[in-house]
Amino acid sequence: MELNKDLIAASSTPMVLAILAEGDSYGYAILKRVRELSSGQMEWTDGMLYPVLHRLERLGYVEARWVVPESGRRRKYYRITSRGRAQLAEERKQWQTVDAALRGIWRMLAVSIPSLHPVAVTHQFQGA
Amino acid sequence: MPDPGHLTALEEQIDQWRNYLRRRQAIHSVDVAELEDHLREQIAVLTEAGLAPDEAFLVAVKRIGDLDTLSREFAREHSERLWKQLVATPSESGGPPAAARTDAFVAFGLAVAAAIAIKVPGLFGIDLDGHNGFYVRNLCLFVLPLLTGYFVWKRQLDVRTVRWLAAAFVGAVVLVNLYPFAPEGATEGLTGLHLPIALWLAVGIAYAGSRWNQVGGRMDFIRFSGELFIYYVLIALGGGVFSGFMALIFESIGIDIEPFWGSWILLPGAAGAVLVASWLVEAKQSVIENMAPVLTRLFTPLFAIMLVTFLVTLLWTGRGIEIERDVLVAFDLLLVVVLGLVLYSISARDPQSPPGVFDVVQVVLLISALLADVVALWAIAARISEFGFSPNKLAALGMNVILLVNLAWSTVLNIRFLRGNGPFTDLERWQTAYLPVYAGWAVLVVIVFPPVFGYI
Repeated sequence: MELNKDLIAASSTPMVLAILAEGDSYGYAILKRVRELSSGQMEWTDGMLYPVLHRLERLGYVEARWVVPESGRRRKYYRITSRGRAQLAEERKQWQTVDAALRGIWRMLAVSIPSLHPVAVTHQFQGA
Repeated sequence: MPDPGHLTALEEQIDQWRNYLRRRQAIHSVDVAELEDHLREQIAVLTEAGLAPDEAFLVAVKRIGDLDTLSREFAREHSERLWKQLVATPSESGGPPAAARTDAFVAFGLAVAAAIAIKVPGLFGIDLDGHNGFYVRNLCLFVLPLLTGYFVWKRQLDVRTVRWLAAAFVGAVVLVNLYPFAPEGATEGLTGLHLPIALWLAVGIAYAGSRWNQVGGRMDFIRFSGELFIYYVLIALGGGVFSGFMALIFESIGIDIEPFWGSWILLPGAAGAVLVASWLVEAKQSVIENMAPVLTRLFTPLFAIMLVTFLVTLLWTGRGIEIERDVLVAFDLLLVVVLGLVLYSISARDPQSPPGVFDVVQVVLLISALLADVVALWAIAARISEFGFSPNKLAALGMNVILLVNLAWSTVLNIRFLRGNGPFTDLERWQTAYLPVYAGWAVLVVIVFPPVFGYI
């Protein structure tokens, strides 16, 4: 699915922080994880991840270090900091608020025009 | 298993891609290495899935994304790199040389306008000798609106912002000329001193444009201010040499330029030079860009040693600070210098590098400056009842407190950074957020002080 650019930008921080909260990782693996988590639904332009990572590093949410494995090619690993965890919790709260509000709206829409929104109907069913 | 010929071809392609990426100023070589690691892993995965190496390379490059967009993203994230990229040497940036020329014409046109504007009051009989006070109050109003106009034009600001800026300048003109200042009074001098500080914020808003509310935009304005100061001092030195030669050669034919010089060279030259210096900073950012930070590196240790020695001597000899008329001003200036040292070491610092020896020196400088200032303030407070509050003393005291608060919190943030308890950006954010405070205080002095002290 082609996601709105602003939506991708806004969700990138919690996504990356959450993935790093699972364990230290590097660019390619983080992207792979994003794809897995969204079952291939979220397509990021690969390169754009790196400015995001650097921003998180500048804000002190993640730390980076270069690692040279046996195979020889050095690789930059990122680790979430305590500040980053706090930020993640904060983002989570905000997204839950947005999510809850949207769910309410979808439910309302589902009541008024049920036939057009089979997905929303299921949601309503689960919510009820 | 791909054959060796394919592999060398692939290496060549990656080499080319890497070189192409390296030419982008916003993407440093470590970032290129990071992106290359990504590219290689992507290629490996794709070839394992059955693609030929060259096909895999194409797909992987495509996935990384458009390099122009990518380098723009990097530039936005690392605005300190963008600052270097802004250099308007037409050949490198590939921009049209015509734009650079227009820019130069506008800047020099405005410089001439400033030089002429400052002579206009003379036509109406308001000359430098008889109406000193007029020039003290209005001097910056001949220059700063034009400088603001330059950035309004350059940044294509929206009408709403322009209206606010215009209102600020019109308000300033009306205020300083309607207040019934006593001739040669203290509040008039204070107005002349504080009005430029207040209006410098307007210049900053025009300079940063839509980025004024971002740390990066304000930091660029701080960089601009520092470089402008250095360029201005350089131009002033050149102007001094120029004037000296002019005096010498005209003296040889028996003509004294002294009466002509002050009103026709010094004043218009000083006004126009602000515009020219601003244009130079804008056009040639990279040439001298490291000057303010270099001076900072040189003088931070010297100031730290000087202040520590001062404190030790103070303790050792048990001397008190003598409260002379100017001592408060002297300590204000000391804090300004220390603040400058802090600001320009922040502006040139890579926010991601770990704390080093220089940061320790800076903390020593900050703490010793704070201690020295507190000693001075304490001595003044102990005798404040004897003096009473004059407008000058209150203005100096207010500035001192504002600077003290800024430096005290900077010290805390700096120590936190040294101990690894906070990122360096906290310090940057604190300094940029504090900018309006100076202007606010200056506005207060300009607007409130004269009526409160009876325009003396």
